[in-house]
Amino acid sequence: MQTLTMNVNGSEVSVEIYADETLADVLRDRLGLIGTKVACGEGECGACTVLLDGVAVTSCIAPAMKAQGRRVTTIEGLTPDRELHVIQQAFVDATASQCGYCTPGFIMAAKALLDANPNPTREEIMRGISGNLCRCTGYYQIVDAIALAAQRLAQEDKR
Amino acid sequence: MWESYLFATSVENALEILAAHKGKARLIAGGTDLFLQNQHGECPATVMVDVMRISGLNFIQERDGYIVIGAQATHAQIAASPLIQQKASLLGIACGSVGGPQTRNAGTLVGNVINAQPAADGAVALFALDAELEVATPGGRRWEPITRIYRGVGACSIDACQEMVTAIRFRALTEACGCGYQRLARRKTLTLPILVVAAAIQVEGGLLRSARIAIGPVAPTPFRASDAEAFLVGKPPDESVFAQAGELAAANAQPRDSLLRGSREYRTAMVAVLVRRALTEALSACKGE
Repeated sequence: MQTLTMNVNGSEVSVEIYADETLADVLRDRLGLIGTKVACGEGECGACTVLLDGVAVTSCIAPAMKAQGRRVTTIEGLTPDRELHVIQQAFVDATASQCGYCTPGFIMAAKALLDANPNPTREEIMRGISGNLCRCTGYYQIVDAIALAAQRLAQEDKR
Repeated sequence: MWESYLFATSVENALEILAAHKGKARLIAGGTDLFLQNQHGECPATVMVDVMRISGLNFIQERDGYIVIGAQATHAQIAASPLIQQKASLLGIACGSVGGPQTRNAGTLVGNVINAQPAADGAVALFALDAELEVATPGGRRWEPITRIYRGVGACSIDACQEMVTAIRFRALTEACGCGYQRLARRKTLTLPILVVAAAIQVEGGLLRSARIAIGPVAPTPFRASDAEAFLVGKPPDESVFAQAGELAAANAQPRDSLLRGSREYRTAMVAVLVRRALTEALSACKGE
């Protein structure tokens, strides 16, 4: 076992883990942050997307030790308490979820995209979520949701 | 199964750790391939030596006419690099085609090469660029051409349990050069290619002065279509010449029948098509012609 010390959603945590545990497993099974979903387990669907120092990665194929001394943001860390983040609310309003299993991954990919590019074109949104698969809603509503979130975040900034 | 996960502090430190563990330790960079190989029982090493925190290995620079890329450069960084877009655009397109954004944020180009898969987009582009790898060993450093390190599917002559690739370099493409990158895949993202052709040509006085064509995955390793390249030199760059080059390249390809990638006949036929398209794309990118 090894000690992994990282900052998760603003809090410093230390956990004893096996060297080959995935970041997704540590977040879900050791820290109880089950908002991060594991679907393909091969880094090919994006459901497990979290931010590592602000950069989107697939936590199902990231060795947890990669997070040593770094900042991890999961879907639970988007807002304090239980309020919805602007991107989450936009997903609700644009009916961008159906079964919902892929949704946290899409929202984290959208967060990374909008942090880097607050005013993306539709094409840029599609590229930004091209590492995420949805097998029920289709992608139109998801793209709509991210465009709506970008618009609302821009209005928030103006205020 | 991994027993421990260590962070190397320098190239020398990484090599010392490898030597101390006598084949049981292995370097890890982005880990996007290696982690899955471990889960499938295909990673015999038990000690992982992470090279991503060594200082001085995350760069994309031009030095003495070479583009030099450090071992920590990710696919995302290379795809977004203005230098690469300007002087080796095919490599930028190749790196931007790997996996999805999340995989490109983690995986490195050097890792892609060492993993030695014939479908590796970055490696195919590097074949067309005549790239060399800087290999650090306990005895010193050497430059090795990428075309010489592949031993078959997933087999690379550089042993990540003993040696470390610290950088990749290749000659920057000049104004007289143009390059093309053609990728055939079932989707635009999150999928390995059925076929990839990378081409770089140089036109002088209305004739082809040189042509480099790399193809994957239609043989156990990426390869250069040398018959087609030799044929092109001195010829006028036009559609019929490019079509003949495509036929010659197809004759060099040895694709297998694959449920994933299509039949041998289909892929051989598509080699001819994609080589023609890549050369046409390269010609239109030639400045001043």
